[in-house]
Amino acid sequence: MKISALIFLLLVFAAFSYFMARQKITTAYRQHKQKTKILTLPKYFGYVAALCSLLPALIVLFFLEAVEEPYITSEISTYITANEINASEDLDLYLNDIKGADTPEKIAALSDEKQVVYQRYHEIETVANRTITAIVLSISILLVIWGLRKINTDTPARKVFEKIIEGILLLAASIAIMTTVGIVFSVLFESTRFFGEVPIMSFMFGTEWSPQTAIRADQVGSSAAFGAVPLFVGTMLISFIALLVSVPFGLMSAIYLSEYASSTVRSVTKPILEILAGIPTVVYGFFAALTVAPFIRELGESMGMSVASESALAAGLVMGIMIIPFVSSLSDDVLSAVPQSLREGSLGLGATRSETIVKVLIPAALPGIVGGVLLAASRAIGETMIVVMAAGLAANLTVNPLEAVTTVTVQIVTLLTGDQEFDSAKTLAAFALGLMLFVTTLILNVIALHVVRKYREQYE
Amino acid sequence: MNNTDIVRQSLKKRYLKEQIFKFMGMFSIATAILFLLILLVDITTKAMPAFSQTKIALPINLDAEKLGLDANSSTESMMNADFRLVIRAALLEQFPEVTKRKAKRELYSLTSMGAEFQLRDMVIEDPSLIGQTKTIEFMADDDVDAVIKGSIDRTLPESDRRVKDQKLSWIESLEKSGQISTGFNWNFFSNGDSREPEMAGIKGAVLGSLFTLLVTLALSFPVAVAAAIYLEEFAPKNRFIDFIEININNLAAVPSIVFGLLGLAVFINFFSMPRSAPLVGGIVLSLMTLPTIIIASRSAIKAVPPSLREAALGLGASKMQSVFHHVLPAALPGILTGTIIGMAQALGETAPLLMIGMVAFIVDIPQSAVDPSTVLPIQVYLWADSPERGFLAKTSAAILVLLFFLVAMNAIAIYLRKKFEKKW
Repeated sequence: MKISALIFLLLVFAAFSYFMARQKITTAYRQHKQKTKILTLPKYFGYVAALCSLLPALIVLFFLEAVEEPYITSEISTYITANEINASEDLDLYLNDIKGADTPEKIAALSDEKQVVYQRYHEIETVANRTITAIVLSISILLVIWGLRKINTDTPARKVFEKIIEGILLLAASIAIMTTVGIVFSVLFESTRFFGEVPIMSFMFGTEWSPQTAIRADQVGSSAAFGAVPLFVGTMLISFIALLVSVPFGLMSAIYLSEYASSTVRSVTKPILEILAGIPTVVYGFFAALTVAPFIRELGESMGMSVASESALAAGLVMGIMIIPFVSSLSDDVLSAVPQSLREGSLGLGATRSETIVKVLIPAALPGIVGGVLLAASRAIGETMIVVMAAGLAANLTVNPLEAVTTVTVQIVTLLTGDQEFDSAKTLAAFALGLMLFVTTLILNVIALHVVRKYREQYE
Repeated sequence: MNNTDIVRQSLKKRYLKEQIFKFMGMFSIATAILFLLILLVDITTKAMPAFSQTKIALPINLDAEKLGLDANSSTESMMNADFRLVIRAALLEQFPEVTKRKAKRELYSLTSMGAEFQLRDMVIEDPSLIGQTKTIEFMADDDVDAVIKGSIDRTLPESDRRVKDQKLSWIESLEKSGQISTGFNWNFFSNGDSREPEMAGIKGAVLGSLFTLLVTLALSFPVAVAAAIYLEEFAPKNRFIDFIEININNLAAVPSIVFGLLGLAVFINFFSMPRSAPLVGGIVLSLMTLPTIIIASRSAIKAVPPSLREAALGLGASKMQSVFHHVLPAALPGILTGTIIGMAQALGETAPLLMIGMVAFIVDIPQSAVDPSTVLPIQVYLWADSPERGFLAKTSAAILVLLFFLVAMNAIAIYLRKKFEKKW
């Protein structure tokens, strides 16, 4: 039976259970002698009976569905080896052909040998499917009967129901942990495989990056090099340019908005900055690659400099503009958290507004501003689309902003898009780079969030 | 000289500094706004050509013999008939002086590659056309389009021009006889992707985005609201809850591409879900938008005054009842606003979807959340990489469509916030 039909059937059982339990309790309440002792609405008994049949069956169903695929694969591969069928090509591809045959035409198109395997596959699949259906349905039916017999007016139905709901809420809150664990494990697992092939030291400190392996051994670049230093330098160069643009501009806009601007100016300007923050990065990337980069190149050529068409400067500048609203809103929060009394004390002593800001507000808000800059740096390091579209692909080890450099995120994208085997060192390298990226941004975020939180507490 | 004099003398300088400082602030904001304006104007002007399409009207003789069809032919045989023949014949009739092979090939490239399919669909719709002669408007090739719209300069010397003199003379003669017209480009909104700029449209990408967003919404909204309720209303103060909170705050700042790596390793390789499908894209994006919605929902729940909870509890409601019957409805507008902003973020996201293979070139328009498809931002990325100059306008136009959706979503969010905002 299809999984959607099965779930629908389970829901029907649960609904049946709900109505029966509610009916049972309503009848029981009618015959109850002391009506004042009735504390729980009948519908809660219905809910409990329904959940008690539904949840275990669903959990079992998902567990069985998860193990079904590996089970079928292992069964069919035993069959293939036992019958000595020649599946010399990649076993996964071979099985994919068979599993993919879901229409009669596709089945007819399989080779004779595969037809035989398909028959066997079909048998195993049917048996597995029927077993799952039988197990899940019998669990559900048994629980419906058991629940309906057990439930009575003494059951603390509301409390049980609320406990179950609370459990579900906690589960939802824990998804954040599961996501983090998922990220760490997936990246770490593939990275350890990569470091099994490429020594970690040559990855971290090597200066040559050329992941392309030539097909023939005698060609140039027949062995791939995975020295990630050029990528780290490129990432830092572009992020540095971006911060050089965004920090002063973002900070000054925040100061102007929170200290000088009238409320009308603020009410117009803030949404505009929000628009700037809401534009998708792919749009910035397009703009950087097709408008800013050619402009900078022409400007450089008119001054007699040679500028690469995918210069780090163009990507960095546009990324900087993109981060301005981010820095500005963070600094705005931080500045408005500085107590009014500090401002008034300084102004009262005769300082001008700018002197108050530079000598009192900024020092007082410095931890918060530093935290904001760290968050902005983590944003810049992890930014992908702008650099994919506007920065280069070749790994140059240079700090000249007019040359093309490549970044960690660009390399992850180029290594993982397009068809390739999942096991090659090339794709695994992407996960190692992902690990670096995740760890770096994690450290920056943890420090930044800690600094900002400490700073907030200082004035609360 | 006493202190007052020193202060007086320095005043002028200090006021000047004050002015400069203030000016710097204004300058920063002005730069940001100016940049935004330049970006929007640049993209809009680049996008304009994509909204109109040049057409060439040709008298077509749907010769039954040449096509090997008659009015009773089956649809299948019509699908297989070579409609190029009659279009080429019509073009040759227009310019009988063309005889050389190479020149002929040039001539045939006046109309789009899609012209034969256009004709085929017309004939399938109305088989009685076979044997008739009819003037039909065909899409022009992107080079012709570029000449008509002026993006290829006709005055340039031939060697610098993409369209050579011979072709230009044909275009001009067609123009003179009034056979060339331009109209609104409906194809852009009704076609899927294509290798030919004049045939490429965004319908596939828009639907792909729609399916992806639906999956994202269906997953992230309930989970985020449940998590926010738990953390605000039920969570005890302990290390585990602290850990959850740290995790949520960190996830909000993890680069989006890392979520793509997660999707690739876990959903595609481990659970062997289909590549390029909106389903997987939606799951990845919902993990990414969860922190945003959770944080917004928490502040919305926090803003509900305690008196509401206490009144409910005082009247005998349980904690759960007070939350679901009173707090949640009061916080819903804030939660919805946060959700829409999270969805807008998901709509513009590109990098994680690149990782899970939504970059494939897909012509078919997706019908469900498991069909391979692409999304709007990735369509922008793909077209931006295409060398044909016709795609430049298409890219900008796709960006405009994307921005339109984003503005619409944010406008709804602002409207909701204004309409339901309560001062407690």
